[in-house]
Amino acid sequence: MTTEPPSSEVQLTPGGRLRHFLAIENLPRSLLTEILDTAAGFVSVGDRSVKNVPLLRGKTSVNLFFEPSTRTRTTFELAAKRLSADVLNMDIAHSATSKGESLLDMLRNLEAMASDLFVVRHADSGAAHFIARHVTPNVAIINAGDGRHAHPTQAMLDMYTIRHYKGGFEGLTVAIVGDVLHSRVARSQINALLTLGAEEVRVIAPRTLLPADVEALGARVFTELEPGLRDADVVMALRLQRERMQSALLPSEGEFYRLYGLNEDRLRHAHPQAIVMHPGPMNRGVEIDSGLADGERSVILHQVTFGIAVRMAVMSMCVSGQESGEV
Amino acid sequence: MQPDAHLLIRKGRVLDPAAGRDEVADVLVENGRLSRIGASLDAPGAELIDAEGLWVLPGLVDGCIRLSEPGGACTGSIASETRAAAAGGITHLGGLPDTDPVMDNAAVVQLVYEQAEKAGFARILPMGALTHQLEGEHLAEMHTLHQAGCVAFTNAGYPTTDALVLKRCLEYAANFDLPVVFRPQEAALTGNGCAHDGRIATHLGLPGVPVDAETVAVARDLELVQATGVRAHFHQISAAASLRLLRDARERGLPVTADVSIHHLLLNEHALEGFNSLCHIQPPLRHDRDRQALLEAVADGTLDVICSQHTPLGSSARLAPLPETRPGISGLDTLLPLLLHLVERGELPLERALDAVTAAPARCLGRPAGRLEPGHAASLCLVDPEPRRIPGEDWLSAGRNSPWLETELPGVVRLTVCEGKVTWLSD
Repeated sequence: MTTEPPSSEVQLTPGGRLRHFLAIENLPRSLLTEILDTAAGFVSVGDRSVKNVPLLRGKTSVNLFFEPSTRTRTTFELAAKRLSADVLNMDIAHSATSKGESLLDMLRNLEAMASDLFVVRHADSGAAHFIARHVTPNVAIINAGDGRHAHPTQAMLDMYTIRHYKGGFEGLTVAIVGDVLHSRVARSQINALLTLGAEEVRVIAPRTLLPADVEALGARVFTELEPGLRDADVVMALRLQRERMQSALLPSEGEFYRLYGLNEDRLRHAHPQAIVMHPGPMNRGVEIDSGLADGERSVILHQVTFGIAVRMAVMSMCVSGQESGEV
Repeated sequence: MQPDAHLLIRKGRVLDPAAGRDEVADVLVENGRLSRIGASLDAPGAELIDAEGLWVLPGLVDGCIRLSEPGGACTGSIASETRAAAAGGITHLGGLPDTDPVMDNAAVVQLVYEQAEKAGFARILPMGALTHQLEGEHLAEMHTLHQAGCVAFTNAGYPTTDALVLKRCLEYAANFDLPVVFRPQEAALTGNGCAHDGRIATHLGLPGVPVDAETVAVARDLELVQATGVRAHFHQISAAASLRLLRDARERGLPVTADVSIHHLLLNEHALEGFNSLCHIQPPLRHDRDRQALLEAVADGTLDVICSQHTPLGSSARLAPLPETRPGISGLDTLLPLLLHLVERGELPLERALDAVTAAPARCLGRPAGRLEPGHAASLCLVDPEPRRIPGEDWLSAGRNSPWLETELPGVVRLTVCEGKVTWLSD
């Protein structure tokens, strides 16, 4: 039977260097650690008066966002500019694909403009993978979120944040709370945490927001919040989309908050030093209480800062992997 | 148009599951009719074909294929696809009505008959739409469709959400003693799902189609079959849980038959790994437990028929991220090789496997085909079971959407005769 190579094979050069960044699954721990270490070197760039380094000078990075996004696109744009790359933003909702031009035809055009890097966000799972398989070999693809499948740079900035506050992953218990079913962030977080050696990854959600065979992802499943939070070192909330109420997955935002909303009181069940994270944008009073989000345990704004450094790391590693000449 | 065949096929292994025949014998075709099967036949003037080491089988019957004409989602033409069928030993094809325009009127039925006749490679048995435009709201003109030559009624892959409309359709269809072909998939539970709702869908983040999308539909349809007395055929069962419902219906004496696609007998949900859109089909490939249960159900006859679920698609149908690709596999080129592959792997006994692609589908459609019956127009094929080939190297369907293009598979069809005419001859 004709099979597709696993994403780990598509995104690595034969020598094991990153050439696309599509998903965390099956990437070796050493590579994830390399991303975190590389990012550490970039964190200080943002504190300088001249906030860029010339690593990607003369390169062109294209933001291909088939789904609306402000913050992810902005951080990718900042990351590219701090690496001295030229940045092109394609707002696809208002461009040719909505006029019937196929995804592939559009990609061919962008390749012809000698782009080096595509940062892709798409509503379909597998979109970044598809583009990586069909684009000319010297363009690096970075997945900025595909359907429910993966959002690997978000997961890596979360890992960076955890390592920053907890010193590492050994022995950590991490609880992920909320809409796991629709969350590309959760899938990538679980894969990254397990690869990096976290002790236990838990998912906490009502049955309607858990995917089939969720245990197969390697996480322990809780349908009640408090037992799930018990002694957790890291608590990560997921964004709850309002449309989940319309599709009969939940009765109301209020009931979700009463059962799964994070607040100071409930955090008492977690480890006393536990940190609280959220990939943004937050629904205050739905998945997380406003006071907790702005409180001492919250590292949410630091996630955003680290996000730029992590994206710089991934972009520079992918371009350098492409330039290594290994096919 | 080919002249009527006049052939003496000598010393082949004649396999006719319907007659329980498995013996080395000669087969004589005179003026297009299968006149005799026996030892050391003599027929002056007949073309001699040395079939030593070859199998003589009834022409294969592929119960439900998507038609390429008129219009519709499928690529190619009736000529291109029936030619692929003939090269695969297939002589009769059940044609689904989801064409464009929809086969809910006599003109489309007529066109399909004529195009098949003109091409001269295989007989298409058209299935009329169960509802007007397949919209699930009004009855199709079933009497007209029956008169035009339809062999069954079906709403193909389109939902019949309104149970009252469906019940009326079945009551009305029961007047014509033609089977109704169900493609059980509850629309609301299917949603935009494109993979089995299990481990792989969860890993890949693909919207899932749960098993209950099928079982809920099968259970409802069976109750309405019981209420209306219509003959029912279930097309493309994919889940082990549906088999329990089918067995129970049989025990209750309901006139129910069922098929499974060859792909569901060979592949499971893991085939989608790496976003392999070549294995994106509906209903989706399920858990390996389901696959094994489906094989057992073919062996014990709960599933009567194996089909190719032939859906030839143009290359642009696949050039998109998996959820945006059109589901379906082009199956005519590989039905027989994959079947032999299953037998070779010891997963299915030869006799039952052959029955499931010859006499059984003909029986489900109420047609006198799929048998080597002296006195009738000859429909047969001559197969060399030994040589292995790569299907993609001499692929004939206009749709190259198949995960099997590069897989070495057993069996080559040397000769196909459909209703007395030679439709395929290879060296």
